[in-house]
Amino acid sequence: MSEVNGALVRVEKVSKTFKRGAEEIHVLDGLDLSLAKGEFLALMGPSGSGKSTLLNIIGGLDSPTAGAVSVGGERIDRLSGKKLAAWRSRHIGLVFQFYNLLPVLSAERNVELPLLLTRLSGAQRKKHVDTALGVVGLSHRKKHYPRELSGGEQQRVGIARGIVTDPTLLLCDEPTGDLDRKSGDEVLNLLGSLNREQGKTIIMVTHDPHAAARAGRKLYLDKGRLSQEPLE
Amino acid sequence: MKFARLVWSNLKRKKIRTLLTLASIFVAFILFGYLAAIRQALSAGIDVAGADRLVVRHKVSIIQLLPGSYEADIEQIPGVAEATHATWFGGIYQVPRNFFPQMAVEPEEYLSLYPEFQLPKEQREAWFRTRTGVIVGRATADRFEWKVGDKIPLQATFWSHSGGNKIWEFDLVGIYDGAEKGTDTSQFLFQYDYFDEARDNVRGSVGWYIVRVSDPDRAVEVSKAIDETFANSPAETKAETEGAFVRAFAEQVGNIGAIMQAILSAVFFTILLVAGNTMAQSVRERTGELAVLKAVGFTNGQVLALVLVEALTIAALGGIAGLALSWFLISLGDPTGGSFPVFFFPTKDLIVGTLFVVGLGIATGFLPALQAGRLRIADALRRLA
Repeated sequence: MSEVNGALVRVEKVSKTFKRGAEEIHVLDGLDLSLAKGEFLALMGPSGSGKSTLLNIIGGLDSPTAGAVSVGGERIDRLSGKKLAAWRSRHIGLVFQFYNLLPVLSAERNVELPLLLTRLSGAQRKKHVDTALGVVGLSHRKKHYPRELSGGEQQRVGIARGIVTDPTLLLCDEPTGDLDRKSGDEVLNLLGSLNREQGKTIIMVTHDPHAAARAGRKLYLDKGRLSQEPLE
Repeated sequence: MKFARLVWSNLKRKKIRTLLTLASIFVAFILFGYLAAIRQALSAGIDVAGADRLVVRHKVSIIQLLPGSYEADIEQIPGVAEATHATWFGGIYQVPRNFFPQMAVEPEEYLSLYPEFQLPKEQREAWFRTRTGVIVGRATADRFEWKVGDKIPLQATFWSHSGGNKIWEFDLVGIYDGAEKGTDTSQFLFQYDYFDEARDNVRGSVGWYIVRVSDPDRAVEVSKAIDETFANSPAETKAETEGAFVRAFAEQVGNIGAIMQAILSAVFFTILLVAGNTMAQSVRERTGELAVLKAVGFTNGQVLALVLVEALTIAALGGIAGLALSWFLISLGDPTGGSFPVFFFPTKDLIVGTLFVVGLGIATGFLPALQAGRLRIADALRRLA
C-alpha cells in the first residue's frame, strides 16, 4: 500500500456530528492527523472525547460528517459500503476492549473469520491461523472456546484475529481496558513486539497512561481536537 | 461452504430453543402431510376422474332413482359412446362403522367404462357368470382380509329382499386393483340383476348413469343434450362430468379443500410467529457479533445472507424431516384401518410442502436478516462498550 508524503494515515479537517433528537453533538471538530507507516500511536483522552469515533473513522467503520480520510493514499471516506467492507477486510485489523470473540466458535475459528472473505483454500487458511496463534503464543489453546480462556488469552486470540490477514493498520480500542495488570502487560508486550519486530502500524485508544507509555507517540483528544499534551 | 460452519455454530448456540423451533416446524409438516393425504382420501376420484365420463343423476337429488329405460335413450344421443348404470346399496358389514361403497352394476358395461379397475381375466369371467358374484377393490379386501371364494353377508339398510329379509349374501369372485395410485379400490360391486329381482316396488330403476362421451371436448354439449332429452319428464336429469360429480359428492361433508386450507393456514401462521420470533430473538442477541463480522469485512449482503441461510436451515431441517416422516407413516397405510378409499401423500402436495418449507424459511428469516444487514457497525459496537 502506497504512502502519501510519507504518511500511511492522513486525516484532514475531519468532523463528526451526532444527532440526539434535535440536539447536535460535535464529537470531532476539523481534526487533522498524520501517521507514518510503522508508527505506534496511543490516543488518549477523557471518556466521550471521541477517541473511539476517530478510530472507527480511520478504520472505515464509521464515516466522517466532513473532511477527508486517506489510508495508504486511498480516500476511504469516498468508498461505498461494499467497497469499504472489502477494503477493511484487506487493510484493517481490529482489537476490541471486550475481545468480541464469537462464543460459538473455537479460538482457531474466531481467528479464521477474516480469512473466510479471502480466496484462500482451507489448508492455506489453517496455515495462516496457526501462524497468527503462534505469534500470540496460543497454539496450544486453538481448540478452546472463548468461555474456556482467560481474559488475557481471549484478548490474544482477538489480536491473532486482528493480524491474521496481515493488515496495513492495527486498530486497538482499549485493548487492556478489561484486563488485570499482568494480562494487560502481556497484551502490551505483544503489541509492542508486533510494532517493533513486524513493523505493524498500530493506533491504540487507551485511558491508561501505563499502556500509552508503550507507544512511540501519544496524542490527546479533547473537545474534538488533538493535542500533544492533555488539556487542563 | 466455508460459511457453513458459521451457520451451524449459530444454530447450536441455544440448543433447546433451536430444538423446540425445529420440533414445532417438524410437527406442522407432519400435520401438513396427513391433511394432504386425508384431503386426497376424501376427494378420492376427483383427480383421476375420467375426463370423458359423465354422470347423469336425478335433477332433485342423487338419492332419487331414475328409470332403467333411460340408458337406451342416452345411448342414442349424438356424442355418447357408451353408457351404464349404478345403484347405491348402502349395506352394513357386521357393524355400521365398517363403511365401504357398495353398488349394483352391470358387470361388463361397468368394467368397460372403468378400465382403471384391473381384474384378472378368470375373475372377470367368474363375475359375469355368477349371479351372486361380487368384486371388491384391494383396499377393502385387505381391510377385511377377504379372499376370493369367501361368502360375504351384508345387512341391507333400505333394499330388503322380497318378503322383508334384510340379509344379502354375496360370493367374492374377484379382487380388483387400481391402474393409478389414486384409483378408488374400496368399492364393492355386484350384479344388478341379482339386486333388482329382489326389489318389489322400484324394480327396473337405477341410481345414476355413467356415460362415456366420444370426445371429451364435447362433454358440456352432450350433458346439455342429455338433460334436454329428459326435460319435463317425471324424472328430470342432471348430467355433469365425473370430476364435478365426485367433487360435489365429496363436498357433502363441507368444502374439504377450504377446511384443510383453514387448518393449515392457522398452523402455518402460528409456526411463522414461533420461528420468526426465534430468528428475531437470535439476531437481537448477537447484534455485537454481527457488528464484529461486518467490522472484519463482511458486507451487508453477506451478513443478510448468513441470517437468511440460518432461517432456511431451521425450516429445512424441521420441514423436510416432517415431510419425510409423514410420507413414511402415510405409506404404512390408512390409520383408520381402511375407511378411506385411498390413502397416500400426493406428489403434488409433497412439492407444495417443499415450497412451503422454503417459503417459511424466507418469511421467518427475511426481516431479521434485513435488520442484520442494515446494522450500523459503529452504533452496534458503541452499545457493546
